[in-house]
Amino acid sequence: MSALMNEALIGDDPLVIDGIALASRLILGTGGVPSLEVLEQALDASGTAMCTVSMRRATPGGAGSVYDVLAARGIRILPNTAGCRTAREAVLTATLAREALGTDWVKLEVIADDDTLLPDPLELLDAAEQLVAAGFRVLPYTNDDPVLARHLQRAGCVAVMPLGAPIGTGLGILNRHNIELIVAEATVPVILDAGLGTASDAALAMELGCDAVLLASAVTRAQHPARMAAAMRAGVIAGRLAYRAGRIPMRRHALASSPTTGLAEL
Amino acid sequence: MMLTVNGEARDAPAGTTVLALVALVAADPRGVAVAVDGEVVPKSTWGAVALRDGQAVEILKAVQGG
Repeated sequence: MSALMNEALIGDDPLVIDGIALASRLILGTGGVPSLEVLEQALDASGTAMCTVSMRRATPGGAGSVYDVLAARGIRILPNTAGCRTAREAVLTATLAREALGTDWVKLEVIADDDTLLPDPLELLDAAEQLVAAGFRVLPYTNDDPVLARHLQRAGCVAVMPLGAPIGTGLGILNRHNIELIVAEATVPVILDAGLGTASDAALAMELGCDAVLLASAVTRAQHPARMAAAMRAGVIAGRLAYRAGRIPMRRHALASSPTTGLAEL
Repeated sequence: MMLTVNGEARDAPAGTTVLALVALVAADPRGVAVAVDGEVVPKSTWGAVALRDGQAVEILKAVQGG
């Protein structure tokens, strides 16, 4: 891989969350894959350094686990509170995840209803405040609302993770203006979380100045998950490089790139 | 004694510890956490905590998600 590509991945430009450097700006959710084998192929193609998992009731038996798959690759585990509807449920789930996985990082999700899967802003902020007070490092999945993002930062969250579109929709970034506002004001990493469908969505998120993207369905439910994981990896790198490169301003009229002097009289 | 384990009624000998119950429910204790009546039981105390009749136990583990 070229030096520039390496730089985009790690080099002088790692993703740093709460003082921890991660070697990829692509964070993967692990839900939705048909088998652990397909998940492993997608993980390897993605180059990800951190993945989310959920806490659910244990059942006897069953060989292999997502825990083993991630641990074997040295991929950091980020437990989520998916399925929680109230701050109380989310705090208890985060506490169980900390006990189970030995990490105080948590992707905080507090969902309002099953149709939209949109975050409930009041319960979300309440849970964030409680978890920060209990010593957690909180990465909240939030609406694309600059004001709520501001409140979450003030509450002590170590990142903010606005949605591009509702979970699993693949609609991309519906309100890029709001994402730009969140980025402009952020003092912690902004991670575009949810709603992305394809590699250009991931590239756009990074071009808007997001520090990372978190996606699951776009890869795990693609016809070829490993191929889409590779595409997302390239999209994130491309978008990050473009953001750092300083794009040309948009203009109304054309501007020739060939010399305008020395033209022949024909 | 009767317990509610992950939402289902389950008979268990008196004095059953959290550790013993986890061994029955989860093949591998790594990535597992337990709450009894809504309170988290730290893994380091599983062997010392005896369950009582009527308690509700949730045994959770990390699964693919998010």
